[in-house]
Amino acid sequence: MNVVIVGCGRTGAFLAELLDHSGDNTVSIVDLDRSAFKRLPADFRGTPVLGDGTDMDILRQAGIEKADAFLSMTQGDNRNLMAAQIAKKIFGVAQVIAKVNDPIRASTYRKQGFYTFSRTTILGTLLAAVLSGDKTIGPNLMKAAMIHDDELSAELPTIGQRER
Amino acid sequence: MYFVVAGGGEVGYHLSKALLEAGHEVMIIERDRRRALWIEEQLGSVVINAPADEGKYQIQAGCQRADAVLAVTGDDEDNLIISQLAKLKCGANRVIARVNNPKNEIVFKAMGIDETLSSTRVLMGVIEQELPTGGFMPLMPLTRSDLEIVEAEIAPGSPAANKEVEAVGLPAAAHIGAVVRNGQILRAHRDTKLEVGDRVIVFAPTAIEQEVRKALFG
Repeated sequence: MNVVIVGCGRTGAFLAELLDHSGDNTVSIVDLDRSAFKRLPADFRGTPVLGDGTDMDILRQAGIEKADAFLSMTQGDNRNLMAAQIAKKIFGVAQVIAKVNDPIRASTYRKQGFYTFSRTTILGTLLAAVLSGDKTIGPNLMKAAMIHDDELSAELPTIGQRER
Repeated sequence: MYFVVAGGGEVGYHLSKALLEAGHEVMIIERDRRRALWIEEQLGSVVINAPADEGKYQIQAGCQRADAVLAVTGDDEDNLIISQLAKLKCGANRVIARVNNPKNEIVFKAMGIDETLSSTRVLMGVIEQELPTGGFMPLMPLTRSDLEIVEAEIAPGSPAANKEVEAVGLPAAAHIGAVVRNGQILRAHRDTKLEVGDRVIVFAPTAIEQEVRKALFG
């Protein structure tokens, strides 16, 4: 699957790594800030693209014309919504996902046919489920996420190990 | 008329000031508290200190009953979302968005925001009119249509020189609205003869600008 990700923050970079290391995915990731690409692992096989993720030329450069999926994961809700609309309406990408932390805007654009999610409500709902002993959504998702935390942590040598 | 101005930066502030002076009602939505206070000191109680991209504050500002909502912040992505929310959440009558990057005009159009203003393009237009650019210039687009007004100077070698209006090979969709000769406006009749030095004002679909140019300018 060809995937374009806009925003190489913690989530974007993690997702890029996850997709790059699993299955037959070609990932390119766009960010305005060159130093953001430092978050990518050294063995990342995908393409970092420096530029504005709401600029059609930059998106073309990132291979949006051949993309099967597009995710906008920057810090700005509006930026994400604009990028997602460009991906869907101008380039006709089949699967478009946008992070929209404001739940109201997330809902508004979901009704317009965009797959939006809000970190605010996802985390809140999840934590409430864990606390209330919910057996379905809570533990499974938490467990999968924690495994990823451990994997990422294990990749880094501790300072003591590095000295040896 | 009643206008909601989203964004109280330089453009938003001066625009609001001009609208108020022209006797209109205005409500500005400005995110920054200090800027909002400053505007209030200058213009009176015409400011809401809130983010303009949230439906709640758009409704508080009266977007649903405004004659037009003007999204004029310095960020295109904010202007796009403000405009779309004003339409979706408030059913705003009319939305005009400022586009900072001229490339985004197409994007806004594809996203359902038809009325855009690009400060870069406006400036370019003014500069083109001031500079001798060879006598053919698009003056302005007509709002809510894909039409524009074009001005062309009839140069000595022009294919239209010394021809009557109906004999000029203009595309059928283009119409000569007026002829400016020696500083006077002449009505363009079918048999008005175009002379060298005339400035011809043409109404035409933007798409056929090149054909209009060819007919008048060669």
